[in-house]
Amino acid sequence: MVNPFKQCKDLRLKPWQCPPFLFILMGIIAIIAMLATYFVASKYESPIILVGSVSFVTIIIMTIGYFVVQGVSRIVEVNQMKTEFVSIASHQLRTPLTSLSWSAGALEKTKLNDKQKEMLSSIKESHHRMIGLVNNLLNVSRIEQGKIKIIKEKFSLNKLIKETIKEFNSLAKARNTEIKFTATNKLTMQGDKEKIRIVISNVINNAILYSKAPGKIEISLKKNILSIKDNGVGVPKEQQKLIFKKFFRSDNVLKRQTQGTGLGLYISKAFVEAHKGKIWFESKENKGTTFYIKLKN
Amino acid sequence: MKKILFIEDEQSLQKVLGNRLEQEGFSVLSALDGEIGFNLAKEKKPDLILLDLVLPKKDGFEVLKELKQEKETKDIPVMVLTNLETDADLQRILELGATTYLVKANYNLEEIVSKIKQTCA
Repeated sequence: MVNPFKQCKDLRLKPWQCPPFLFILMGIIAIIAMLATYFVASKYESPIILVGSVSFVTIIIMTIGYFVVQGVSRIVEVNQMKTEFVSIASHQLRTPLTSLSWSAGALEKTKLNDKQKEMLSSIKESHHRMIGLVNNLLNVSRIEQGKIKIIKEKFSLNKLIKETIKEFNSLAKARNTEIKFTATNKLTMQGDKEKIRIVISNVINNAILYSKAPGKIEISLKKNILSIKDNGVGVPKEQQKLIFKKFFRSDNVLKRQTQGTGLGLYISKAFVEAHKGKIWFESKENKGTTFYIKLKN
Repeated sequence: MKKILFIEDEQSLQKVLGNRLEQEGFSVLSALDGEIGFNLAKEKKPDLILLDLVLPKKDGFEVLKELKQEKETKDIPVMVLTNLETDADLQRILELGATTYLVKANYNLEEIVSKIKQTCA
């Protein structure tokens, strides 16, 4: 038996938007209305008026109730469609992507000339981008359904940051951007390592993409606050409040030169908050942006 | 020589992973659907079973359940290789007795082979 109140909470509906709540509220109003009608109508000694007015009010209320129930059914239906979509998309999109990746892996082990190696590298990069996109979409879908699961483990945040930076070495080099990491302390935390990796990855990715060459990114860890500072194009003031919104991409000078889905920060924020942490930023157009991530131990 | 049974309906994956595992010195049996997969497991008693979940005839969950109920196959380690990732599915796999599971799309060929070798050791 699906609990409709939990569903409304998961879908982040306010009480006045939540059909079951409205239904109960209406039921109470119906009972009060019927009692009131009874008392008023009983002042007239004709039973027909009494029965008529009570029935009339009841019919109106029941009709409205019917439409409310329709609304609830629709929500449940859409929810089921979303879950099915995620399941289908994850399997159907990932299967050919797996085949692509493993075949490329097998090809890599054969004798290739330089030109062929170059082409293979291009195939691998495209695959990497696609799988990243599919995973992003799946994460967004799970976030929307309120289904983020935090698998807790103990890990070193310093180590995770260093590993993540390493993954960006080739991209940073290609964009003539330097990444420096300093830490005043070693932080061991309890949390979902993979999700935190995604959080850090997304912020560093943005920092690199929105920097103009030669770029400089300074990452620093002080106590339990991680800051990622770039000297890139920054975020225009009027767009700053939209930065964490789904699919939002800042309308700055580099927008058309960079690829992106606008999902990175939306996902990062959801993952940080699922860890009871906080993520925020300071930015000045043409000067740069600094992102701050505060995590609970 | 260790015997691996690979139950997977996607032929390109059968070919690529099968070849690679043979290069590593394993003997590889292929099954393209759940029914053939279960029957081959019973007949050949491999050292490791690689099992996909979305399969024709009999799906992976069904096959896993039957493998664990059958005396001849219940002790063979099963590694589920899937692209499904819902919590409900993953929980079910572990409850049915899979040794481990991997989301195929998140690993490249080298990583998968390395994990398989680890499980076989």
